[in-house]
Amino acid sequence: MNINATLIGQAIWFAVFIWMTMKFIWPYLQRAMANRQAQIAEGLAAAERGKNEQELAAKRSAEALREAKVKAAELIAQAERRAQQIVEEAKGGAKVEADKVIAGAQAEIDQEVERAKQQLRERVAELAVAGAEKILRKEINAAAHGEMLVALKQEL
Amino acid sequence: MSAEGGTTAYIQHHLTNFTVCADSAKVDGVCTGFWTLHLDTLLVSGVLGLLVFGFMALMARRATSGVPGNGQNFVEMVVGMVDQQVRDTFHGKSELVTPLAITIFVWVFVMNAMDLVPVDFLPEAAKKVTGNEHLAFKFVPTTDPNLTFAMSITVFFIMIWMNLKVKGFGGWLHEILSAPFGLKLAPVNLIFRIVEDIAKPISLALRLFGNMYAGEMVFILIALLGLWQLPLALPWELFHVLIITLQAFVFMMLTIVYMSMAAESH
Repeated sequence: MNINATLIGQAIWFAVFIWMTMKFIWPYLQRAMANRQAQIAEGLAAAERGKNEQELAAKRSAEALREAKVKAAELIAQAERRAQQIVEEAKGGAKVEADKVIAGAQAEIDQEVERAKQQLRERVAELAVAGAEKILRKEINAAAHGEMLVALKQEL
Repeated sequence: MSAEGGTTAYIQHHLTNFTVCADSAKVDGVCTGFWTLHLDTLLVSGVLGLLVFGFMALMARRATSGVPGNGQNFVEMVVGMVDQQVRDTFHGKSELVTPLAITIFVWVFVMNAMDLVPVDFLPEAAKKVTGNEHLAFKFVPTTDPNLTFAMSITVFFIMIWMNLKVKGFGGWLHEILSAPFGLKLAPVNLIFRIVEDIAKPISLALRLFGNMYAGEMVFILIALLGLWQLPLALPWELFHVLIITLQAFVFMMLTIVYMSMAAESH
């Protein structure tokens, strides 16, 4: 075991390598590792945030679904009501129309009746004359009415 | 293993560094004195360091904060582990401590990992490449106390610098003289502190050196067992995977602790 000038040479090597590590190795690796750490932390935070957002979105979508269901039910009820209303309205309209038709028909019937009565009335005289003629023809005989006829002749 | 020269020569050969020095410093062709360089330690540790830190720098330069590739992922895993240790232990604010800890852990680990290459592979290859049959070349730099002491002494100086930077000279001096017994016992405190602080780099360096040297030694001894090395080398190898990682971790961890002690004001 002899100590000699190698000691100095080795100390120089050692210093050189410390310098290399300090200058060319450690700063770069430290930066890279620190940056990666930051990135990982950021990524984890982002994942956490994403998860929260997803949960929120799920909640929101459920809410929206429920709202939509409620709205749809409302709409259906409204539509049903409206349909009923329309039916009612149609019924009312039809009744009015029917009444109108009925009234028209009634009026026509009345008119027809009136006309028939008119016609009958116009023919009553004729019938009476015809009846009277028939009665007269049966009642008249020369013997009974000869006197009246003679009287008539006298008067003339 | 080579039988020539017997067991002792084999072991000694494996524990000899590849040295260079001025001709004037040689005694019987062997380098002596302080101005000697262990070329094997310098080369292996330097090349390994350049490779691994070059690779890490490449990965770091290409690093994205998006999905990392395999290389980046691996580098980040190591760096992140070290960074976590620093965060858990060091509570001050410093741009230096984490890179320092990363450098120590990675570098010590790859140098220790050379121990996992079977003991004769690389030295024999070095002999073939250089054509020198007697070339001694140690491929595990951490078995050289020069390296471990160089690192621990550098850590020691950084520790002092950290003390000065955080507490200022006055604050540091006050801490040295007053802890743990109060200012009245300043000399005792000073002696305690000196022992404590000197013990830090020595224990750091010797722990790593001792563990790796002993581990290497066991590998060499196993390699001497002929066929018996087959069932023995594997368990020791597996066990050693644990040791090299642990030693790299301990060196790093203690450095962080020392830094945090230096950065904490009392």
